[in-house]
Amino acid sequence: MWRYLIPVGLFAALVGFFFVSLHRDKETLPSPLIGKVAPAFQLSSLEDPAKQVGTGDFTGRPYVLNIWGSWCVGCREEHEVLLEIAKRNEIPLVGLNWKDERDAAQRWLRQLGNPYTETAFDPEGRAGIDWGAYGAPETFLVDANGTILHKHVAPMTIEIWEQEFLPRIRQAGAARP
Amino acid sequence: MTRLLLALLLTLFIQFANAIDSAPAFPDAARQERYELLIRQLRCLQCRSETIADSNATLAADLRRQVRESIAAGRTDEEILKFMTDRYGDYVLYTPPVKPVTWLLWGAPVLLIVIGGVWAGIVIVRRSRMPDNDSPDLTADEIDQGAS
Repeated sequence: MWRYLIPVGLFAALVGFFFVSLHRDKETLPSPLIGKVAPAFQLSSLEDPAKQVGTGDFTGRPYVLNIWGSWCVGCREEHEVLLEIAKRNEIPLVGLNWKDERDAAQRWLRQLGNPYTETAFDPEGRAGIDWGAYGAPETFLVDANGTILHKHVAPMTIEIWEQEFLPRIRQAGAARP
Repeated sequence: MTRLLLALLLTLFIQFANAIDSAPAFPDAARQERYELLIRQLRCLQCRSETIADSNATLAADLRRQVRESIAAGRTDEEILKFMTDRYGDYVLYTPPVKPVTWLLWGAPVLLIVIGGVWAGIVIVRRSRMPDNDSPDLTADEIDQGAS
């Protein structure tokens, strides 16, 4: 009689597997860059084309790199949160304006407010590829040694900032000599 | 009438005729072939279920440009694929690499065929050993009933 339970058991296992998979996040891809040295870039500043912005400017202190574009709906969504984070003055926010037009991006910052200490302009998207970007907005946390500690894909929220970023920033800050 | 129908039917396929990069990337056939093979091995991270060869997404176009420039710069296929996996992980490869974490994925078809084959063998052998009871012996009573 027990052998009739085998298909039932298999079916239950399959249902369990599907149920677990249903709640798994399949949108966020694991980044191979976590724990590695942040890819270097040297680009012109969004605000001032004559000025250069590069990863070299930030060595020695932790920073957050936010990849955004004025074409990106999720970036519009998270903008208020970024302004709020910038106001708290916990860590510099560096913008990487990805695959955008200078005019549109400058207008965006003028109209909505500028949370970034610096914004690098990457119209061809090469720096974005080096950082493994596949869908803006993406936010990276880089420590004082230039190592990527964390990455968040999708709009930033205060909850994610406080749960995923702040503890790591504090830890990295305390570990610094 | 049939011609008209055929013409209408063919309009359904217009999008397939619309090549993503209309001009070939390289003047020589050898590099063009390498390019086409490579872009068929890389996944568009924006659309997930398409290769960058098939995708119209802007990121796919950027990655195609990256492949094109890398070939032009004389990089090997391995170097180009490593460039991609260093940034995007194994997921960027359309065919998952054989690694301990993917052994089950790659082994599953063979495993299932073996399990199914063994199971089918057991069932067949068992059934063939069963007494042939298509015509069960009738009791004397039943024979009597049938006869009456």
